Amino acid sequence: MPQEQEQRRIQRKSGGEAGAGDDAGQIRATSKGEKLKEEMDEILDEIDSVLEENAEEFIKSYVQKGGQ
Amino acid sequence: MAIPKVVGTETEYGISATGSPDFNPVLSSSLLISTYAGSLRRIRWDYEQESPLRDARGFEPVPVREPSDEDLGLANVILPNGARYYVDHAHPEYSTPECASARQLVIHDKAGERVLERSLDELLRVLPAGQRIAVYKNNSDGKGNSYGAHENYLVDRATPFASLVRDLTPFLVSRQVFTGAGKLGWEGAWDDEDHYHRFQLTQRADFFEAEVGLETTLRRPIINTRDEPHADPDKYRRLHVIVGDANMMEVATYLKVGTTALALSMIEDEFLPDLSLVNPVAALHEISRDVTCTARVRLMDGRRLSAIQIQWEYLDRAKKYVEQEDPSLENDELVTRWEAVLGALAEDPLSLHRELDWVAKHRLLEAYRERDGLAWSDPKLHLVDLQYHDVRRDKGLYQRLAAGGQVERLVTDEEIERGVMVPPEETRAYFRGRCIAKYPDAIAAASWDSMIFDTGREALQRIPMREPLRGTREHVSDLLERAPDAATLVDLLRS
Repeated sequence: MPQEQEQRRIQRKSGGEAGAGDDAGQIRATSKGEKLKEEMDEILDEIDSVLEENAEEFIKSYVQKGGQ
Repeated sequence: MAIPKVVGTETEYGISATGSPDFNPVLSSSLLISTYAGSLRRIRWDYEQESPLRDARGFEPVPVREPSDEDLGLANVILPNGARYYVDHAHPEYSTPECASARQLVIHDKAGERVLERSLDELLRVLPAGQRIAVYKNNSDGKGNSYGAHENYLVDRATPFASLVRDLTPFLVSRQVFTGAGKLGWEGAWDDEDHYHRFQLTQRADFFEAEVGLETTLRRPIINTRDEPHADPDKYRRLHVIVGDANMMEVATYLKVGTTALALSMIEDEFLPDLSLVNPVAALHEISRDVTCTARVRLMDGRRLSAIQIQWEYLDRAKKYVEQEDPSLENDELVTRWEAVLGALAEDPLSLHRELDWVAKHRLLEAYRERDGLAWSDPKLHLVDLQYHDVRRDKGLYQRLAAGGQVERLVTDEEIERGVMVPPEETRAYFRGRCIAKYPDAIAAASWDSMIFDTGREALQRIPMREPLRGTREHVSDLLERAPDAATLVDLLRS
C-alpha cells in the first residue's frame, strides 16, 4: 500500500549509511519525520475531542433512505 | 459550437438523529428547511414546465402517478441568493444558483454547507432536550444506500447526445482520481468480510451499473439522459451529471466542475479524439478501488491506460483548446491547477492531502491506524469516514482540518458568507434572488425559468426566464432599483 511505501522511503533516508555527514542528514531526516508525526498527532488529538462517542453504535444507527 | 458554461450543483445531504427513536428523515428535512426559511414566505415551486421523465434519447416513458414531495406539503423554498432548498427523497437538498464560473460555483457550493449548518443551529433551538440532528455532505451510508451530488452544465442543444456519451464517459470515469471523496468499504455482496473495510477513492462508483440511462435511484448510469433544460429547449441542453461525489475540498470541487465544463466545451467544438473504453462501468469500479491510481483500463483502440493517462489526453487537448479558442485568465488558472494535480497524482498521490478529499481522509485513517493500532474494520475508522463530512464547523473533520490550516483554500470565508445571501451577478439567478429578497410577499411561485408575481391585479403575472445568461445584474439592477413594488417591476419589464 502507498502508505507503507512512503514509510519505507522515510526509513531508508534516516536509516542510512555510516559517516558524520550522513549522521547529520540522518538527524535532519528523522527530525522532519518526527515533526510530521507530531503534527499528525496534534491533528488526531483535536479530532479525538470532536469525534462522536460510541463509534460502533453511531455508525450502526447511521442509515439513509436512498436518494438520487 | 461551444456556449458559455453556466453551472450548478444539487447536493442531497445525509440526515440523522440521536435521542429520537421515531426519527423521520422526511419530516425532519422539511422542518430543517422551513425553520431556516423563517420569515420567507413559502414559494410554491412551479411544476408546470417541468417534465422529469423526458428522455434525451427521444422517447417518453409512461409516467408513474405517485404523490410528489410537493403534494405532501414539504418545505420547498427559494432563497435570496437564488438557490433552491427543498426535500428530495428523505434528504434535505440544496441546489446552488446558476454560476458563471467554476470558482463562483465553489463559493455557492460551500455556501450551501453554511445554509445547512445554520438550519441545524435554528432547529436545535426548538428540538426537545436530548434530541440532536446531524447533517452530512456525503453520498453513502455504508449499508447499500446512496444519495447524490449532481452537477449541471449548460450545453448547446445542437451537440449530438451521442457525442456527449462518447467523449464524456472516459472523462467521468477517469476524473475519479481527483474528484473522489474517499470511502471506507466496498458495497456489494462479498465472500470475505475484508471488502467491507477496504478503502476506495469514491463514494458513488459502487452504485453505478449502466453506461447510459434515465434512472437516478437504481441501476444508475454514468451518463444520465434526463432532458429538462429549464431554459429555451431549442437552444439549450442541461447536462445532468449524477456520478460525482460531494466534495468538501475547494480544490476538488473547483477541478471537478471546471475540468468537466472545459471538456464539454471541447465536445461542443469536436476537439477531442475518441477515447472510448471497452467497459466503462467496470473501469469506473476498477479505478475507484485502486488507491495507487495506477490501474490500467482498456480502450476501444487497444491501448491500456491509467486514469491519470486518460486525464492527460484531455488536458493535452484542453491546453491547445484554451490557447486557440479562449485564452482567459480563468482558463489558464484552471489548466495550471489541473496539470499540477495530475502531476502530483502521477508522482505520489498521497501528497495531495491538502487538495483532495480522498487523500485527506486516507491520511486520517492511516494515522489513526498507526497511532491506535486499529484494524481496518474498527468502527472508529468508519466514524472518521462519516464525520469527515459533518457540516458543522466545530464538529466536521474536514472543517477542523480547514480551521487548522491543513487544507488549500481557493475562496475566502467572506465570499462564502456573502454567497449565503447574495446571488451570482452574471446569471438569471441574480434576477430571481433579488426579487425574492425585495418582493417576497408578491411572488406566487417560481421555478428555474420563471417567476410568477401576484401584484394584486386579477391575473397572476408570469415572467419567463428562459435564458440563463439574461436577468443579470447588468441587465436588471437598474430596473429593480426603479421598482419599489412588484407591480411596477412587471410594468417596467413589459414596457
